[in-house]
Amino acid sequence: MAKILMKGNEAIAEAAIRSGCRLYFAYPITPQSELIEYMARMMPKVNGTFLQAESEVAAINMVYGAAGSGKRVMTSSSSPGISLKMEGISYIAGAELPAVIVNVQRGGPGLGDIQPAQGDYFQATKGGGHGDYRLIVLAPASVQEFADMASEAFELADKYRNPVMILADGMLGQMMEPVEFKEALTDAEIEELPKKHESWCICPNEDGDKKHHHEINSLEIDPVVLEKHVTKLYEKYAEIEKNEISYERYNISDDNEVLCVAWGTASRIVKSAINEVKKDGKSVGMIRPIKVWPYPYEAIAQAIGPKVKKVYVFELNTGQMLDDVKIAVAGKVPVEFWGKVGGVVFTPAEIKEKLEACFKE
Amino acid sequence: MTTELICAGFGGQGVLTIGKFIAKAGMAEGKNVSWLPSYGPEMRGGTANVSTVVSDEPIASPIVSFPDVLVALNQPSIDKFADSIRPGGILIYNTNMCPNGCKREDITKIASPMNDIAMEIGNAMVLNMLAIGIIIGKTGLIKYETMEEDLSNFMKDRNPELLELNLKAIKRGIEIGKS
Repeated sequence: MAKILMKGNEAIAEAAIRSGCRLYFAYPITPQSELIEYMARMMPKVNGTFLQAESEVAAINMVYGAAGSGKRVMTSSSSPGISLKMEGISYIAGAELPAVIVNVQRGGPGLGDIQPAQGDYFQATKGGGHGDYRLIVLAPASVQEFADMASEAFELADKYRNPVMILADGMLGQMMEPVEFKEALTDAEIEELPKKHESWCICPNEDGDKKHHHEINSLEIDPVVLEKHVTKLYEKYAEIEKNEISYERYNISDDNEVLCVAWGTASRIVKSAINEVKKDGKSVGMIRPIKVWPYPYEAIAQAIGPKVKKVYVFELNTGQMLDDVKIAVAGKVPVEFWGKVGGVVFTPAEIKEKLEACFKE
Repeated sequence: MTTELICAGFGGQGVLTIGKFIAKAGMAEGKNVSWLPSYGPEMRGGTANVSTVVSDEPIASPIVSFPDVLVALNQPSIDKFADSIRPGGILIYNTNMCPNGCKREDITKIASPMNDIAMEIGNAMVLNMLAIGIIIGKTGLIKYETMEEDLSNFMKDRNPELLELNLKAIKRGIEIGKS
């Protein structure tokens, strides 16, 4: 298929439809509104359901209900709207349902602004909603990767019966890059998808056969029962941590004197700076977590080469992933952080300056 | 080779479209491209700008710190971005709306009364196509034929007259860029 020049917001919507998503519920918010607009336009054409809910809370609870059918369902929003969805996300995780949530982050806290930021890292990877649960969190760095993550997110959600978040930002939502879509699933294939969920999902029971009686619930009054449930969830999460870690190694070598760690669009700006300092013979490597939960602790530890003096974390927040990097580095070398907040995005020139300073020390 | 452009002007002058057509043409010619608009509570008459990168290599940052080419359709765009043009880079600007011009001597400057020329061609709307023509004429970043094909694909049936005006504007721009 030929490449198409598309905004990230539209590319993720198109890719979700191609991945078999026929149920989408959301409420508009900048900078992700092109996503909901695309869904509004396209869902009727594929016999899907698009519904603009009365609020983000309503939208996530529609997702909760629809996910109980075992069909592929998605919602999307930007930071303040994602906060509103957190209760529902906790319920979906508790009830072990597959669903995909897209967060096109903007500056916060509060209403903040509408420019790109990465301030929702803690919310996405450490909870956000209440209770002991985990989201699988994918962090795209290009429009192509954003689109590719649609099918990956639905497959992971189906495989682990767990909500999956795609954690993008306003820059990725608004920018256009060439994207090549995977072959769309056929209607027959989409029809088949929920069948693998027949052991638990709510499905038609017209013949009165009790074998299809399933309960979808996140309430367990008996503490002993709930303890068992949460323990089981954590066994599942351990399995995810074992199987699903993904990251990119960029310019990693034994010559590295600095190792950078960055995620999402911030990582691309760091890449430009690494390329610039390379021209002056300065060797800097980078690890980019592609999933930010589960987190690639091992990969970071292993990438610290013999000459690395410092691990440098760059984020569009005040240092949230920084904590995970410190766990990974475990005191072997100093870990430094630099970031921009409030929707201000650092430039390749600024990162280059920070990297050059490391070589003067 | 990587070429980084910033196009800037008032909202409504078609600056985002300049970047979009350059990116689409670059993609059609097999290059890597990115298009990053300024976005925000902006409207017609406000300021708008777009960073476009066309490269043989995978594109790292879509944010342009030091453009190789700046297209400035109004004076505020020169005031904001001209200092960041790479030494030896190119400034293309619209003298109808840039009364103060640009004082830098270490760059190539192409000054052109774009509003007047667009009106002369027959429609103020073709100003952005004129700018694309100048970029093509000066840098060869993309080919005229790619633009012609792209524009024809969606305008030939719908609005053949406007298509002709657009192509005329690009050709005129190429002449200006080359001279």
